[in-house]
Amino acid sequence: MFDPPRDTLITGARIVDPATGYDEVGDLLIKAGKILDFGGSFGEPEGSTIIDASGMVLCPGLVDLRASLGEPGFEYRETIESAALAASAGGITTVAVLPDNAPATDDAALVRALASAGDATGRINILPYGAATRGCVGKTIAEYGLLREAGAIAFTDGTRAIGSAALMRRALSYARGFGAVIVQHPEEPSLAGGAATESARATLMGLPGIPACAEAMLVERDLRLVELTGGMVHFAHVSTGAALDLIRQAKARGINVTCDTAPPYFDLNETAIGDFRTYAKLSPPLRMEEDRVAVVAGLADGTIDAIVSDHQPRDADDKRLPFAEAAPGASGLATLLAITLAKVHGGELSMMAALALLTTRPGSLFGLDTGRIGKGRPADLCLFAPERAWLIQSGSLPGKAQNTPFDGRAVEGIVIGTWKAGRRVFG
Amino acid sequence: MLVPGRHLLGIEGLNPAVISSLLDLAESYALLNRSGETRRDVLRSKTLINLFFEDSTRTRTSFELAGKRLGADVINMPVSTSSVSKGETLLDTAATLNAMNCDILVVRHKSSGAPALLAQKVDAAVINAGDGMHEHPTQALLDALTIRRHRGRLEELIVVICGDIAHSRVARSNFLLLTSMGCHVRVIGPPTLIPTGIEQFGVTVHHDMRSALEGADVVMALRLQTERMIVDQTGGGLIPSAREYFTYFGLDPVKLSYAKPDALVMHPGPMNRGVEIASQVADDSAHSVIREQVEMGVAVRMAVLDTLAQRVFGNV
Repeated sequence: MFDPPRDTLITGARIVDPATGYDEVGDLLIKAGKILDFGGSFGEPEGSTIIDASGMVLCPGLVDLRASLGEPGFEYRETIESAALAASAGGITTVAVLPDNAPATDDAALVRALASAGDATGRINILPYGAATRGCVGKTIAEYGLLREAGAIAFTDGTRAIGSAALMRRALSYARGFGAVIVQHPEEPSLAGGAATESARATLMGLPGIPACAEAMLVERDLRLVELTGGMVHFAHVSTGAALDLIRQAKARGINVTCDTAPPYFDLNETAIGDFRTYAKLSPPLRMEEDRVAVVAGLADGTIDAIVSDHQPRDADDKRLPFAEAAPGASGLATLLAITLAKVHGGELSMMAALALLTTRPGSLFGLDTGRIGKGRPADLCLFAPERAWLIQSGSLPGKAQNTPFDGRAVEGIVIGTWKAGRRVFG
Repeated sequence: MLVPGRHLLGIEGLNPAVISSLLDLAESYALLNRSGETRRDVLRSKTLINLFFEDSTRTRTSFELAGKRLGADVINMPVSTSSVSKGETLLDTAATLNAMNCDILVVRHKSSGAPALLAQKVDAAVINAGDGMHEHPTQALLDALTIRRHRGRLEELIVVICGDIAHSRVARSNFLLLTSMGCHVRVIGPPTLIPTGIEQFGVTVHHDMRSALEGADVVMALRLQTERMIVDQTGGGLIPSAREYFTYFGLDPVKLSYAKPDALVMHPGPMNRGVEIASQVADDSAHSVIREQVEMGVAVRMAVLDTLAQRVFGNV
C-alpha cells in the first residue's frame, strides 16, 4: 500500500528525548522502520538516505491527546485523511481522537474502524477514545470493557461535560474495574450556556458570559468523586488558575489526577475575541490574562501533564455567523509545536520541558508507551528548525480546517521532516 | 471627518467631539423638522434598506422617516417576509444586498455583533439599529440630545438607568455615551440583572431605588422583557414576578420623589406600564420626555445619515 520505509541517516541533529533527558548533537539511523541507533556518528551506511540536520532539533513524533477529526459524520469540516496531512505538517505522529462524532464511538467496531482509518493514512496512529456514555449524551455508561479491549485508550464524552455527579461517580467507579481513566471536559453545564468568559469585555460586547468558576466547580466535584471511588480522572484543556490550583493540591495529596491544556489557553486571552472574531471562540472560552499566566505557570511547574492540539475543525459556515451563534473550536494540529515553542523562545519553558509536554508525558498517560526515542522503537520522529520563522495564515494551513485563532501570527519553529514508522510523511 | 470609518456600529470608539458634533447637527434637524421643511438633496438617489431581523415599529419607522426626509429611497426588509426565514444566512443576505447596490444598510438583529459581521461583507455603510445585548447607538444619541435640550448640557448631570441592565443594548450604548460626555451614571436593578464588570466603565451600581435616585437629574426606565421572568435553560427566571419587580424597581411617583424636583423621566419604549414604570409617571408632563425622545429619534437619525453620507459619498 505504501512504499517501504527507506533506511535513513539523520546527521548532526540536536537529538532530544525527554523520556531519558537525552539532549546531544549526533546522528540517528533508521532501518526497516525502526530506530537502529542514535548518538555519535555512524559514517555513511550504504543504501541510506542521508539528511543533514545540523542546527535542527530531532525529537519523538508529537503525541496529541485531544483532537476531533471530523469522521464519522462531520466530513465537511475535516476528514481523517486531511487531518493526517495537517498532523504530519505539525510533526504529530500519534493522535488521540475524541468520540463525540456521529455516530459516537460507543461501539467496539467503531473503535477498530477509527484505528484502521489512521493506519490507512500511513501518517498517524489513531488512538480512539471510547464514549463515556452511550452516544456521548450523558445518560448511561458505555461498554468500557469491550471498548477498551478494542483499543479505546480512555473514556470521555469529548466536548461535553459529564454533568451529572451521580453518573460521573458511576463512570469513575466502573472504569476503575478496567483500569481506565475518565477524561472530563471540566465545565459545569448549567453555567456554560454563554459565548465568552464572563468579564467586563463580554459585558461590553453584549455576549452572554461563562464564569471562570464553572471550571473549578467541576474539577472540585470530580476530585471528590475520585477520592470516593478510587477512580482516575484526566481534565482536558484546563484554562483557569483556580482549576489548576485544585489539581496541583490534589496531586500533592496523591490523588489519581492528570490534566492537559491547549496552546490558545497559554498564548491568548479574552482580548482575542475583539471585533467579534469567531475564530477565537473556543470551548472553554479564552480567559482573562491572569488565567493565561496561571496556565503558563502550570506548564512550568509540571502540574499540567500534556499540551494537546484540541483540534476542533470548523468550516466557514460554522464560523461566519454572529458570535453567539458561531460554533466554538479551533484548528490546532499544524500550530501545536510552533505556539509551544513560543514559550521556549520566551524563556518560560525549557526546550526539554516543552518537548516532554508534547511527546513523552502525553505518551505515557492512560498506560500508553509512546513518544520516545529508543533503539528498536518505531521511527516516529519530528525534525524541526527551532528558529526558522513562518507566518500562520488561515487559508494556507495544511488540511481542511482553517479556523485558527492565530491567523496572521509570525512564529519561530518550523517542522522540516516527520517520520512515521520510518517513512518520511512530511518534508 | 466626523465618524471614524464608514459605519456606525456602536458608541464604543466615538470620541466626545464626534458625539457633540452629531448632537449639534441633530439639533439643527430637530428645528428643521418642526418647521416642516426637508432637505431632500442630502441622500438623493441613495438607497437605504431597513433590514430588521427583529420586530420593531418605532426604530424602523424613525429611520424610514429620517431617510425619506433626506431624499433617500427607503426600502423595508422585515425578516418575516424575506428569504432569511427560509434558511438564508446572514452573509447570503449580505451578498444579495451588495448585488442590489444598496448604499446604506440599517440593521437590527437579535445577536450581538451581527451588524459588525455584515459590515465586513457589504459595500454599504452599515448603521446598527440594535444588536442583541450589545449596542443601540442611535438610541443613546437621541437620549443624549433630549437631555441636552432640557438641561443645556450633559457634563456633571446625574443620570440613573433603571432595570434590566444585563440584557439591554440601550443601557450599554447609554452608559458609554453619557460617561464619555461627563455624566455621572448610576445603574439600578436586582443583582441578577446587573452585568459583570460594569463598574469598570465608570458606572456606579445600586440595588436600592432610594439611594440610586437621590439627587438625580435624569431617570431612565428600561423595558423589562417578560421572558426574563420565565424559566430559562439555566433553571429559573432572573426575577420571581412582575409584582415584586414593580414593588422594588418600578418607577412610581414615590420613588421618583427621591430625584431632583425637576428630574426628567425617560423610557426607550415600548413601555410595560405597571412593570418598570407607573402610568402616573410615564404620563406626567412635568417630568416625562418620552414623547420627545421619539421626536428626537428622527432628528438624530437624520444627523447620522447625513454624517455618514458626507463621509462615504462625499456629499456636501
